[in-house]
Parts: sequence; structure tokens; C-alpha cells
Amino acid sequence: MSKEIKPKRRDFLFTATYAIGAVGVGSAIWPLVDQMNPDSSVKALSTTEVDISSVEPGKTITVLWRGKPIFIRRRTKKEIDEAASVDLKDLKDPEKDSDRAKNPEWLVMVGVCTHLGCVPLGDKGEYKAWFCPCHGSHYDTSGRVRKGPAPKNLEIPKYEFVDNNTIKIG
Amino acid sequence: MSEEKYIPKSKLAAWFDSRLPLLTLSHHLQSYPTPKNLNYWWTFGGILTFCLITQIITGLVLAMHYVAHVDHAFESIEHIMRNVNYGWLIRYVHANGASMFFLAVYIHIFRSLFYGSYKSPREVIWIIGLIIYILMMATAFMGYVLPWGQMSFWGATVITNLFSAIPFIGESITTWLWGGYSVDNPTLNRFYSLHYLLPFLIFGLVILHIWALHVPGNNNPIGIDVKKNSNETMPFHPYMVMKDLLALLLFISVFLWFVFFAPNVLGHPDNYIEANPLVTPSHIVPEWYLLPFYAILRAIPSKLGGVIFMFAAIFILMLLPWLDTSKVRSAVFRPLYKKFFWVLVFTVILLGYLGAKPPEGIYLILSRLATAYYFIHFLILLPILGRYEKTDPLPMSISDPVLDKPGVIDKIKKAASKYEGDNVSSFK
Repeated sequence: MSKEIKPKRRDFLFTATYAIGAVGVGSAIWPLVDQMNPDSSVKALSTTEVDISSVEPGKTITVLWRGKPIFIRRRTKKEIDEAASVDLKDLKDPEKDSDRAKNPEWLVMVGVCTHLGCVPLGDKGEYKAWFCPCHGSHYDTSGRVRKGPAPKNLEIPKYEFVDNNTIKIG
Repeated sequence: MSEEKYIPKSKLAAWFDSRLPLLTLSHHLQSYPTPKNLNYWWTFGGILTFCLITQIITGLVLAMHYVAHVDHAFESIEHIMRNVNYGWLIRYVHANGASMFFLAVYIHIFRSLFYGSYKSPREVIWIIGLIIYILMMATAFMGYVLPWGQMSFWGATVITNLFSAIPFIGESITTWLWGGYSVDNPTLNRFYSLHYLLPFLIFGLVILHIWALHVPGNNNPIGIDVKKNSNETMPFHPYMVMKDLLALLLFISVFLWFVFFAPNVLGHPDNYIEANPLVTPSHIVPEWYLLPFYAILRAIPSKLGGVIFMFAAIFILMLLPWLDTSKVRSAVFRPLYKKFFWVLVFTVILLGYLGAKPPEGIYLILSRLATAYYFIHFLILLPILGRYEKTDPLPMSISDPVLDKPGVIDKIKKAASKYEGDNVSSFK
């Protein structure tokens, strides 16, 4: 029985049948998996325009975008200076403040902790900026993580200034 | 199995049984030989079956009144509590039933740990049991989301965000789980659908769990193999059935005490505030039965690390039959293991306590120590003990430890002698 067994015509047919069968099963399962992804109506709600004319320096407003809170803070001079003066070497996720705020006076961020998704509290924590109560992450006045289990800085959404008083998010 | 064979009593029974052997099955379940020394820790299997059926029945009824929509879910729960006839009772039984289910399952699991019920030849029973336990946690978690209170919403947010820790594909997975960019209506709907499905999967696995149990038969407090159908076993019915029923009645008393006198004590008051995606409650805690794992998650100062350790804490139990290399099953004959067992029980309870506390200061230090000990127990202590522990001699039969006590035989003889002369022929 030392003779090598050569694949026969029938083996080829079996393999081909399995392969086609696997493709068939896969294409039947995919719609069942993909139906769980965001649907068209969810995707349609992808931009929000916000009027920011009434926000005073040192105040934050929170708006809802894609079911998530967006923090829009009009920063004070002191906060901007603090955020700009940080040495990048001290940061867990190094990012310059000027890369995070197009207009240094306005900080626009997704108000969702990058650890496990809680909403951080404003004007709290060791950096007098944001603090997440769930698992104790501290963020600075630029929304960068400084302490705690969060791996990344607070996310900056896509946004633009439509005019001096309006921001379009998304 | 070496049981007596089922002999049909009537022609009809014989006709039916030869076509579908349900009567043979029923006979097997009744006459199934159980070790005669099973103690009350062995009654929790029956209690757990009761819990599962209670949850399925009350859940079925609640589903007739509940509305799975973010605008109506919270109201529909209040509707059940205030308007539906006996709705308050059914909901409180269902909500507290989940806690009771976990209470029983933890006792059942620790019973296995103490008496070595996971060891050869019962590894498959153990693994099926763990799969049931994991499905129970998933089911309970999704059920807790349905009332759409603050804890529901933020619990769902935190737990689904665990998956975002997976490198590269994590974000897509969470979006897929949510059906959107945050926990919202699509999430609530799918959780409802799965919360309804999973208990039936659990039910199927329970059947496999019992089937796998009936192949080698029960372990017992002495942990030695028992000769089936000898004077060391008794038929399951009526002996074990009666013992199980007594334990079940006591268990139901505790259960109903919670339902009638403290229905909300195991829940969290924040869940009576409707879900608000803009405000996180200042202190998020999961239900008590998930707290030890939550403490492990927070003990690790890295997002991915915390998630890995939390899941590892559960999955390490799957390897237990191979990590514990001691051939002696019962802790009764393992003087060192017995001590470490109780240290483990204490550690898990401590982790549960720490999971409910804020993750800072002394609480954080203790959770790290307890987490480390938890893994040391399974990965280091058990293999070492299996090798070096000097175990006590095992008895030859499960009757020996009882009969070997000094004076027992004399007592039996004395009791028997009282009947000498009486016409109690059956006694001899």
C-alpha cells in the first residue's frame, strides 16, 4: 500500500461541491450578519448644525449627534494657554492642541470616554477639565487623556464653521 | 449503564415504547442510581432547573406586555407594574429570579470546586455547565437593558464598549453590535430578540448537561467511584426527589422573601430613571452577580488588558480539569486544597465587594491583589498541590466513613435489640 493515491475525478467533484457549497452558505449568512450594521435611516442622521452665538467663554454646551453627546466649549485664555504649554512627552496619546482645535477658542469633541463609553463630567478632575466617573480617566483642557485607563484622547468629530455663529458637525 | 431494564406493564405501553422510548427514558430518570451519601449541596441542580423554568414562564408573560422601543420601553415597564393584573408580582419574580438563579449557580459551581466534580470522567459535564453559565450572564445582561433605565443604558454602553478594545476591528464590532453609532433603538430591539432566544439555548444545554451527568453518574462528597446498583446507591425517585423538594421549598422561601419584602434591594435605584444618553450616572455598577469580573476589569490599568483578564477569569475555569492534577476528587481528603478553596471563596467575595466600590485608593490596590491571587490559585497553586500535597487515605466505600466512627455499630445493634421480641419481622 505504499503507492501514492492519485486524486481521482470523483475527488475533484467532491472538492468542487464543497467549495461551491461553502460559498453558497456564506452568501446566505452574510445578509443575516450585515442586517445588524447601521441602517440607512441611522446613517442619514449624519450632520447637525449648532448655533453657538450664546455660549460665553468658560462655558460648554452639549448637543446630540448620532446618539452621542458632542461637547462644544468656548475656552478661556487660561485654558488655551494651559493646553498649548503641555510637553507632548507627558501625553499618553501625543497630539498638539493646535491640531485638535481649528479655532483655539472653540473645542469641539465627542463627549464619550475612550475607555468604555461613559460621558465625562465637565470642570472636574486633576486638570480641571473633564473627568470620567466610571473608571477614573482624567482629561485636560484640550480633551487629551492624562491619567486613568482611557487609551486615547477624546475624539474630534468632523466639523466646520459655517459662519461665525454656526458649527456644522458631521 | 447497569440499571434494571424497563419492562412495559401493558400492551399499549409496549407498543408505544417500541416506537418512541419515552417510557424507557422516564423509567431511567426515576430509577437512576444515586450515591446514598449525597448531601444538600447536591440539591442545587434541581433548584437551578426550577429557576430556569420560572424565568422562562414569567418572561413569556412579561413579553406579552413589554414594548421594545426606546420611546415606550420604560413606560411599558411602569404599565406592567401599575396596570397589568399581577404585573408587579410577575415582574418582581422575574427580576429577583435572575438574582436567585445566580445565587444557586454560584453555590452549584463552588460545590463542584470543593468536591472535585469537574475531574475525570466529568470534564464534559463541567464544560457544558460553564457554557450555560456564560449564556446566563449574557442573557441577564441583555435582560437588564430592556427596562431602558439609566443603569440599563449605561451598563449596555460600558459592556458593548468592551469589544472596542479589540485591536483594528473593535470599532466595527461595536458599531455592528449597536446597529448605529451608540446604544439606541436598534440595540434595544436586538437585545430583546436575543434575550428571548438564549434561555431556550440554555434549556437545550441543560438537557446535554444532565445527559452527560447520567453517563458516569453523580460524584459524591467522598469523591470515590461508586458501584452502581449496589447498596451504595439509591434510586433517584423517590429518595433524591424528596430531598431536592425539601431544599427547593427552603430556597423558594428565600426567593419569595425578596419578592415580597425587598423586591428592589438587589437592583439599583438609578434604573428607575429613564435612559438619558447625555448624562452618565455618577457611579455605574453592574448587577451583583457580575461584580467580581467587573472588579478584575477595573484592576488592570489598560483597556485591552482589563478586557483580556476579565474574559480570562471566566475561561480559565474551562481548563480547570487539567490544571488540577490531583487524582483525589473531594477536598475532604485534601487538607491543603481545602484551605486554599476557602481562600478562593473569600477572594471572589472580596472582588465582588470591590467591584461595587469606586476604583481608587485602597480599593484599587486590593482589587489588584485579589485579581492576582485569583489567577495564582488556578495557574500556580493547583498544579503544585496536585504534585506535592499529601492527601489523606481514601475509604474503600462511601459507607466506611459513617460506619467506621467508634460506637456506630454498637448503636445500630442497640437500636435493633430494642425490637427483639416485638413482632417487627420486617426489621430483621
